[in-house]
Amino acid sequence: MIRAACAEGVKLDIHGGDTRSGLGRPRCGRGGISTAALEGVVFYEPAEMTICARAGTTIEAVEAAISQHNQILPFEPMRPEALWTNRGEPTIGGMVATNHSGPRRVSAGAVRDAVLGLRLVNGLGEAIHCGGRVMKNVTGLDLTKLNCGAHGTLGFLTEATIKLAPKPERVQTLEIAGLDEKRAIDAMTRALGSPFGISAAAFLPVGIGADDSRALLRIEGFEDSVAYRAGRLIELLAEFGEIQPLGGADSSALWRAIRDAKFIAEPRDWAVWRVGLAPSEAHAFIARLAATALAHYLDLGGGLVWLATDESESAAAEVRRTLAHTKGHATLMRARDELRKSVAVFQPLSELELRISRGLKASFDPGGVLNFGRMYPGV
Amino acid sequence: MPQIAFPRLDADVLRRRDSIVEGLARILAPECLIADESGRLAFETDALTAYRRLPLAVALPRSTEEVARLLRFCRHEKVNVIPRGAGTSLSGGAIPQEDAIVVALTKMNRILEVNLADRYARVEAGVTNLAISEAVGPEGFFYAPDPSSQLACTIGGNIAMNSGGAHCLKYGVTTNNLLGVRFATFDGEILDIGGPAPDAAGYDLLGLICGSEGQLGVVTEATVRLVRSAEGARPVLFGFDSVEDASRCVAAIIGAGIVPVAMEYMDRPAIHICENFAHAGYPLDAEAMLIIEVEGSETEMQALLARISAIAMAHNVRTVRESMSAMESAQIWKGRKSAFGATGRVADYICMDGTVPTGRLPEALRRTGEICASYGLRVANVFHAGDGNMHPLILYNVNDLGEAAKAEAAGADILAMCVELGGCLTGEHGVGIEKRELMPRQFADVEIEQQKRVRAVFDPEGRLNPAKVFPLGERAA
Repeated sequence: MIRAACAEGVKLDIHGGDTRSGLGRPRCGRGGISTAALEGVVFYEPAEMTICARAGTTIEAVEAAISQHNQILPFEPMRPEALWTNRGEPTIGGMVATNHSGPRRVSAGAVRDAVLGLRLVNGLGEAIHCGGRVMKNVTGLDLTKLNCGAHGTLGFLTEATIKLAPKPERVQTLEIAGLDEKRAIDAMTRALGSPFGISAAAFLPVGIGADDSRALLRIEGFEDSVAYRAGRLIELLAEFGEIQPLGGADSSALWRAIRDAKFIAEPRDWAVWRVGLAPSEAHAFIARLAATALAHYLDLGGGLVWLATDESESAAAEVRRTLAHTKGHATLMRARDELRKSVAVFQPLSELELRISRGLKASFDPGGVLNFGRMYPGV
Repeated sequence: MPQIAFPRLDADVLRRRDSIVEGLARILAPECLIADESGRLAFETDALTAYRRLPLAVALPRSTEEVARLLRFCRHEKVNVIPRGAGTSLSGGAIPQEDAIVVALTKMNRILEVNLADRYARVEAGVTNLAISEAVGPEGFFYAPDPSSQLACTIGGNIAMNSGGAHCLKYGVTTNNLLGVRFATFDGEILDIGGPAPDAAGYDLLGLICGSEGQLGVVTEATVRLVRSAEGARPVLFGFDSVEDASRCVAAIIGAGIVPVAMEYMDRPAIHICENFAHAGYPLDAEAMLIIEVEGSETEMQALLARISAIAMAHNVRTVRESMSAMESAQIWKGRKSAFGATGRVADYICMDGTVPTGRLPEALRRTGEICASYGLRVANVFHAGDGNMHPLILYNVNDLGEAAKAEAAGADILAMCVELGGCLTGEHGVGIEKRELMPRQFADVEIEQQKRVRAVFDPEGRLNPAKVFPLGERAA
């Protein structure tokens, strides 16, 4: 089908669960191609902590399979339903194509770090396998990573092999209430720089889910180890105030909300940004944006700012201008189509980066068949 | 006779040698250019010492700008370029030819920035792997990937090969610990990719460059992730009566949800070779041994060791020896990390680097033994068991030309077996010249062509580290 489209010069939009279709530059294809029929687990080896699933398999189905052996997807994949409220179920293909990780990214790496191998069809209609099923693999160019986060512009993903992690025996969240943002980042930085194995660190300012601000630190592992580390962290962070352990059910709902940007998903006419920064830059960035930011919170110890602005070109320009003071980058995760057409959705590239990106696109998809222009013009 | 071919030399470049050297002299200070034969001899090979070729000249640039100017000059003059770090590649990744310029980054060895709050360091590409950990060690941090050559190898070389090490099971390989690079293209342009902020949008050029074996451009600076050291770490030796028990034990530990920092495997020949060298107290009566390292506080380590020991017991472990002091731990690791060097004192060897799924380890070990025996050769196995990355050391006599060819043939058979079992040709050493012709075992033609098209985006004429990675085909001399 891709070969035919290539021959006829037809542009195709790739569909998975269609749960993130509101992401990226608006679609422009004249036809569509779906992973819906590519469903199911190809193999699952619990003793190797490795699963291989077809691209159309839902994330939920994979998680259900691996939880039977007490295993998890290490990067805690973000679920799109809060942000985009589309119907349908998010798939493995969409997860890989967007590289959307969750709070455990700070300790366990991103989707791209756990994907061991991919099968895809390039824009010439050729079946290409990249990587494999083992963690140590440096054979040839790493086209696996190149395709993670490529939004389907280089290939139509058909299968992904993913490294798993053991499900923690115990999860403990520690909460410090009432800190201002600067102090909260200091507390998270100290915790993340400690030997006590923080798996996630977030800061919810005043009004985000509660009346008081909350710095949240999560520890995971074997029962005895978690108890020990929680105790040491409470000592280490004593100067930041009283530290409360949070109960299991409450805390997992909280981390899901942090993962999925639930706190700023409403109202629906807010534009939602995902801003990557060095944690030490986060506070100054927010302070400079005070007039534009409608709401925000921090994940990844301050390395990720979830930000809401109004849906205007001027707000978008202000976000980009403020970012220029930092080493960071921003993605406009949700906004109406018109705005995503008129402003850069992804971090603008330098002229050289754009030239390389167009070259890479052409090397996989010379006819521009696959998700053309979803990321950048001409890519 | 050694089997690996080199491409035909470019006669035009050889004819223009003097003018090319003059051009380099206009870019580099006199002490940064080596043109005389005795000086170039030091760059004729890397750690794949069976192959040696004298380069046309050696450039030792001192800045990114100099690297960029050199590359632009070479591109314009149509001269091949061999980027080089410390020259510790086991796959011939830095071996030059008479018509190529070596660009060695060893003079670029400054640590530019350490930021412990954001947990990263920015370093020049010629900094050694260990120097980073040494610089931040007093503050309780380290740089995680730890190839055995970490004392000598450079971070630039680590990035080119996506190097691993013994502790990757928990902390990942180079690509998982690399946050950004400064990169000079063959056109002489300078590109900054990534940085301390995670997950930049756009194509993952960082992931593409890492492991690209110096064929896309030259990395001149790197921003790497720093990791806080655990409160303590302790290696424990487990001796087994059979290879099967040891490898099933590895699978059982991982299956139980335990990911130790390291799980290293040695078979009987390797145990004896390393024990003779390091006197680390390895069990000489064991058929197979695991070094398993755990981390954390004293209580955490004891709890984890109790779980691991119970699993080992269920797999008929014969001896268990816990390190009782920092010195003993150092001895245990010294034995493992000097395995290649210690083997070199006993015999000549070639070191393989295939990976297999951990569930297939018993079969892979059995077949490795059978393959070597069929060529009449001995083999010692020492490898990273937790991730299935095997390092069979095939022993032979370098002065016996027939044996050398047999060793290479046995190595090729072993790697083909790794691919057949669902693994790959190289886990951490890279393809280089060594495994180039085996690439079609792992990749179909369209897949190799796809990789070559990606390479051509950066270097259409294939002059950056040529004759590596991709099969030579008709270009052989």
